[in-house]
Amino acid sequence: MTPKRKRLWLVVGSVAVLGVAASLVLTALSDNIVFFYSPTQMAEKQIPPDRRFRMGGLVEAGSVKKSADSQETRFRVTDTNRTVDVVYRGLLPDLFREGQGVVAEGTLGPDGVFVAREVLAKHDENYMPPEVAKALKEAGQWKDGKK
Amino acid sequence: MVAELGHFALILALAVALVQGTLPLLGASRGDIRLMDLGRTAALTQALLVIVAFGALTQAYVTSDFSVANVVANSHSAKPLLYKVSGVWGNHEGSMLLWALILALFGAAVALFGAGLPDTLRSRVLAIQALIGVGFLAFLLFTSNPFERVSPAPADGNGLNPLLQDPGLAFHPPLLYLGYVGFSVTYAFAIAALLEGRVDAAWARWVRPWTLAAWCFLTLGIALGSWWAYYILGWGGFWFWDPVENASLMPWLAGTALLHSAIVVEKRDALKSWTVLLAILAFSLSLLGTFLVRSGVLTSVHAFAQDPARGMYILGFLLFVTGGGLALYAWRAPQLQGGGLFQPVSREGALILNNLLLCTLAVTVLLGTLYPLFLDLLTGSKVSVGPPFFNATFVPICAPLFAALCVGPYLGWKRAELWPALQKLRVAFIVAVIAALVAATVIDSRATLAAVAFGFGVWLIAGSVGEFVQRLVRTGFKLPPRSSLGMTIAHAGMGVVVLGAVGTGAWHTELMQTMKPGERVAFHGFDVKLDRIESLNGPNYVAERATLAVSAGGKAYTVLQPERRLFTVQRRQVAETAIHTNFLRDLYATLGEGDAVGGWVIRLYYNPLAPWIWLGAALCALGGFVSLSDRRLRVGAPSRRPLAQPAE
Repeated sequence: MTPKRKRLWLVVGSVAVLGVAASLVLTALSDNIVFFYSPTQMAEKQIPPDRRFRMGGLVEAGSVKKSADSQETRFRVTDTNRTVDVVYRGLLPDLFREGQGVVAEGTLGPDGVFVAREVLAKHDENYMPPEVAKALKEAGQWKDGKK
Repeated sequence: MVAELGHFALILALAVALVQGTLPLLGASRGDIRLMDLGRTAALTQALLVIVAFGALTQAYVTSDFSVANVVANSHSAKPLLYKVSGVWGNHEGSMLLWALILALFGAAVALFGAGLPDTLRSRVLAIQALIGVGFLAFLLFTSNPFERVSPAPADGNGLNPLLQDPGLAFHPPLLYLGYVGFSVTYAFAIAALLEGRVDAAWARWVRPWTLAAWCFLTLGIALGSWWAYYILGWGGFWFWDPVENASLMPWLAGTALLHSAIVVEKRDALKSWTVLLAILAFSLSLLGTFLVRSGVLTSVHAFAQDPARGMYILGFLLFVTGGGLALYAWRAPQLQGGGLFQPVSREGALILNNLLLCTLAVTVLLGTLYPLFLDLLTGSKVSVGPPFFNATFVPICAPLFAALCVGPYLGWKRAELWPALQKLRVAFIVAVIAALVAATVIDSRATLAAVAFGFGVWLIAGSVGEFVQRLVRTGFKLPPRSSLGMTIAHAGMGVVVLGAVGTGAWHTELMQTMKPGERVAFHGFDVKLDRIESLNGPNYVAERATLAVSAGGKAYTVLQPERRLFTVQRRQVAETAIHTNFLRDLYATLGEGDAVGGWVIRLYYNPLAPWIWLGAALCALGGFVSLSDRRLRVGAPSRRPLAQPAE
């Protein structure tokens, strides 16, 4: 086989594989992207009820309540401008605490309560999820002095 | 005093690295042997100095010297010794020092074991290594000095992040870094080869052991990290497609591709410029991984609080290393003329397909990881790309890779016939189909895709082992060379990983139950009884421990004791899972919070084949090490062979 033919084969093969991969990536991206909204944005946007998204802010102090069997937790997330009720069934991450930043993924229920499927854990208590930091900044409540 | 000693050693190391990064390059271009020899001495000196610096920081940690800011922030006198030592790299500054240490050690290893390399190549490799070292040492000294003092010294430190106080994670960063930094040697070899304008079989034989060693360590590092996430996060999963995990997976994929394409350069003198490009990319992806982890630009379950200025530095360094490497590549690579011709159906062709698919996988992971960043920069909207994306892209591309993986070893170099190769795989194919059918009918009739994936795992094992047995029979039971033995082990190990991933990912069962002491629950054929909850005191934590008596068929089977630990210094709770394994499945329990009426949330998982994930990964690394012990691959061994003719 001549080098030219070989190269042609290579190019055809690569283009085919990359084409398949690109189409996989594009369909997967359009279906599986999860947007992040702050409580203020959630109030502004009309979010369809089945759409999975992430929301986050600070866990409002004094808002965390456990159900009788202690498997379900209700709490409020705030960006200091607006507040959203959240319900989560499952074990909360070790760093979940009142007054701390939190990111939850799930859907918005018909009653306006956010049904979280996942609450994200962090390694580090100083860590503020970038989305939450931005949301708080937009609500005008962020102190830059805090690292 | 010791901290200052470490600081000075670090400054000296930077000065030595500057010398090592310039003069030997000059010597190589002028043919001055004295300047070239300087590289070796400098590499050894630099390594010694960084060892001193690292030793100084370790000393500060072990003796709990709270006049050093880094120790105050990350250590505590009540911490067990193991975590005092691992605390050295359990923080940003220390982990960067560990990176610099491993880099210097790799440089010293090249200087020591590279006696057989041509003088110009060796001095260029050492100089490139040193320039990378300059980047990291300057980063340490100017942005993240681990030896900074605090005055007055506080009485005690803040303690290490409790999640990191774990034997699995104590050794995860060193192994991962051995992998990341190992690719710097390959990168240095690639840049040196571009400067020389020559890539030949001998070059590939010199590069391959370094690549292989880095790859083995990276494999072990990733496996250890995933094992840690499995038992500490208490979610029963082993891989979360988290940006930080992806950051280590990308260099692994590129490194795996590099490992295979270097074989083609060595055996057939083809694919040269592609291999050089891969070497540049593998190290760039390692640096990108460091940037993603250290800068905190991405939301991750593993994210640590970070300082953006440091991220900018690493980003700039990344651009320099990648951009410089690629520019040099664009300029010099056309001189690297490929040698051997081959048919599409041949060993070369199979290895190209391997490279194509592995690189596509790496690109997919890269896109999924960086897409949120791009979208944020372009439109300002915050998104996240999670497991569904990767399951929809990564997993399908694995299918052709795994399908072709068993065929490759049967194909001869240059040209081969596909049909005879496939016929030899008949048995493996039948075994795999039967396994998939059994999985689809017996284990879980709903999870069709899982059954197919299970079939693929069995196919990998049966195909690799089958090829090995057929080769034994053909050669009259003479053991094949170690490099080929290593290949069989690593390929079969991959199959074991797939089986474990399918078992844990698709066939697991979980149950969350609120229980009071004395209550029982039926779970997956077991009877689980909560015996008691008790409090106990650890060295630096207090804990609540549940005792779960597990019985099967009326007989006591095992006792699981998951804990919730409250680390007193940080006031932080960490769940400690309890796992009972029989190497075919894990029985996994975590303890949640208690409620007001004396009930406790208990979460139980039944994870079939879970231990196989790490067993398989260990097999992959073992295969790499076996292959590394092959005489033909020993570093410096090719020196006694005459150089192949220049490529030009």
